[in-house]
Amino acid sequence: MNKDIIATIKDNVIQGRKTQKDVGIDDTFAGTPGVVELVQQALEKNISPQVIITDGLTAGMQVVGEKFSTKEYFIPDMLASAEAVGAAMDILKPVLESANVETKGKFAIATVKGDIHDIGKNIVAILLKGSGYEVHDLGVDVPAEKVVEFVREEKPGYLGLSALLTTTMTEMGVVIKALEESKLRNSIKVLIGGAAVSDEFAQEIGADAYCVDGFQAVKALEAFEIAKA
Amino acid sequence: MPRKGILVDKPYERLTREQVELIHQASMKILTDPGLISFNREAVDILHSHGATVESIAGDHQSWQVKIPEQVVLSAMDSAPKTVKLGARNPDNTLIMHGDEPRVYLITGSETNIWLDVDFPAYVNKADPTREIRVPEFKPRRGTVDDLCQSAHVCEHLEMVDGYIRTINIQDRDITEENKDVNKFFASLNNSTKHFMSGLTNLKQLDNVVRMAELIAGGKKALEDNPIISFITCLVKSPLQFVDDTTGTFIEVCRRGLPIVVSSSPQAGTTAPIKEAGIMAQINAEVLAGITLGQLVKPGTPVLYGSVPVRARMDTLGDSYGSVETSQYNIDCVQMARFYKLPNYSTSGVCDSKIPGQQSSIERLFSDIVVTMSGPQFLHCAFGLLDCNSVFCLLQAVLDDAHFKMIEFFLRQPRIDQPELEAMLEQIQEVVATPQKLYIGHIRPLLRSGEISGVYPFEGSGEADDVFEIAYERMKELLARPVEHIDRETTAKIFEEIPGILPRLNIYESGS
Repeated sequence: MNKDIIATIKDNVIQGRKTQKDVGIDDTFAGTPGVVELVQQALEKNISPQVIITDGLTAGMQVVGEKFSTKEYFIPDMLASAEAVGAAMDILKPVLESANVETKGKFAIATVKGDIHDIGKNIVAILLKGSGYEVHDLGVDVPAEKVVEFVREEKPGYLGLSALLTTTMTEMGVVIKALEESKLRNSIKVLIGGAAVSDEFAQEIGADAYCVDGFQAVKALEAFEIAKA
Repeated sequence: MPRKGILVDKPYERLTREQVELIHQASMKILTDPGLISFNREAVDILHSHGATVESIAGDHQSWQVKIPEQVVLSAMDSAPKTVKLGARNPDNTLIMHGDEPRVYLITGSETNIWLDVDFPAYVNKADPTREIRVPEFKPRRGTVDDLCQSAHVCEHLEMVDGYIRTINIQDRDITEENKDVNKFFASLNNSTKHFMSGLTNLKQLDNVVRMAELIAGGKKALEDNPIISFITCLVKSPLQFVDDTTGTFIEVCRRGLPIVVSSSPQAGTTAPIKEAGIMAQINAEVLAGITLGQLVKPGTPVLYGSVPVRARMDTLGDSYGSVETSQYNIDCVQMARFYKLPNYSTSGVCDSKIPGQQSSIERLFSDIVVTMSGPQFLHCAFGLLDCNSVFCLLQAVLDDAHFKMIEFFLRQPRIDQPELEAMLEQIQEVVATPQKLYIGHIRPLLRSGEISGVYPFEGSGEADDVFEIAYERMKELLARPVEHIDRETTAKIFEEIPGILPRLNIYESGS
């Protein structure tokens, strides 16, 4: 029975169905419970959150990633699955906290000061949340001091900075410098992305990684996690 | 169910109604002065018996000056069917063409002599021998019957190809003037279930190919109901001449009641005036003369208004299918055919370029887009043709299919109505109220519905231009797919009754 519900969670992650009203790829899922309802049912049946995450959510996302890499899935499919997993993690978060289970880590993300473009930032946020990270979206046009303040108070392990414009990309360097001046730089890995920036620019300003898209951001964080371990 | 083709909602027109009528009137004048020169005696007799004035011309060849009065032409236009059906071995591939409906069917052809093979040898960078790239190399050779089979096979699987005109002239050692027709018809029909159109090399073979079609269709009546084959004849040689042998072929095909294209291909600058008004008045007169003859032979003969006008190249005085004016003339002809409510056979996609590449893509795509937009019913859009009309490359045909998929998508009618707008307003209100303000979630229901155009199918990875290599793989994949051949029993009957078909084309006997 437990196996059935976990397998169904996995299937619904693959279908990208957050709730019962969502359409999947396969019409036969129409009207059936989505990931949110199924995770609630699983908790009611006292299934452990770790099993839900490992065998349901993560296993589903693994399949989604494979389908994306073989071009069977498109980014909207990937995002739908990630959103479903993100919503499931919101439900599981208090349960995990009360059981003192550690999450993957906190990730703060912002579009830098002077720039209001946020499509890329939002996609990265959805994908990372769907990968199990606790994502804090600081918004757009965020000044360096606000970023520093958040890092000081919330102590995220990772910071993502986004900029679309060549006129605002230099603000990323300002944020990194402000973190250094506040003695916070060593406590956090800084990832940058956006149309205007590059790997070379990341090195110039002292960022830890340049990510061409959200998928690379997920990979970069996984690499950092492995290095930490 | 017939094939859908591309229904052009609002066809692009270059000419005003007044200009169309002016061209018509000029063509009527041309048909009476100077009229046409006919080198075919039977055509002269038929036209003369219906009111044309005929005068013998002194010279080496027997020829006659034929002047066709307007009322003879108009009466013939009345008897020409306004709807033409081109059948197919697979009834789902039937083409229904209404003269007043701009539904475009995309057809291959024409016949070329040269087949272009492609290979991808590796080249090493002299400065950095670790760097290696594969570059397409094209090698021309004479076409064979095996090539024709391959071409029909791939075109059977190309999604946008609605019908098949033979693409390659078969020049094997065992192909003669006597057996060429039966072999090209059999090779094409056996490898494609789509409609097949062809010219005829030898009039003596007409009854053999018609009989072959009857055997495949299921009898004489079945072929009448489902004409799986049709013919194209260039009975007119510009300016204003009925050629003896092709006119003879045309008359015989009309007598058998099978669909036929009356095609004229004047070259602006040499065999027609360089100015648009001149070539239009002349080609229209030439096509109308052919249609008139066909209707006098057998009223009600299904006929297509065939136009292949082209401008001359100024450097060689050869055809310049890639010139912009060529597309203009073709679009004008589409309008003229529509004026007479006759289905139109038009031309696009023939390019001046000798090999696939940037020039080829630009020239063919330009004319493919604009001529399709004008709404001809039968668009001979030269899948795979290069170097005007002399080279065929299967790889190019695969590339062309992708181009036409884009054109088809572009010409879809917009869906903007009250329910759609209300749904969109609701969507906008919903998304704007979310923190992320992204519409991505609403893409999914459409992703696999065909409502979103796909990426270019031959896009490479990174910065490499891998288009040819990816298209080549696609071509091989299509060749590996099976086709529905003519069944064993019918094949046996064909080989029994029709002389001259090469034994190696019998897949049930040769083991191929």
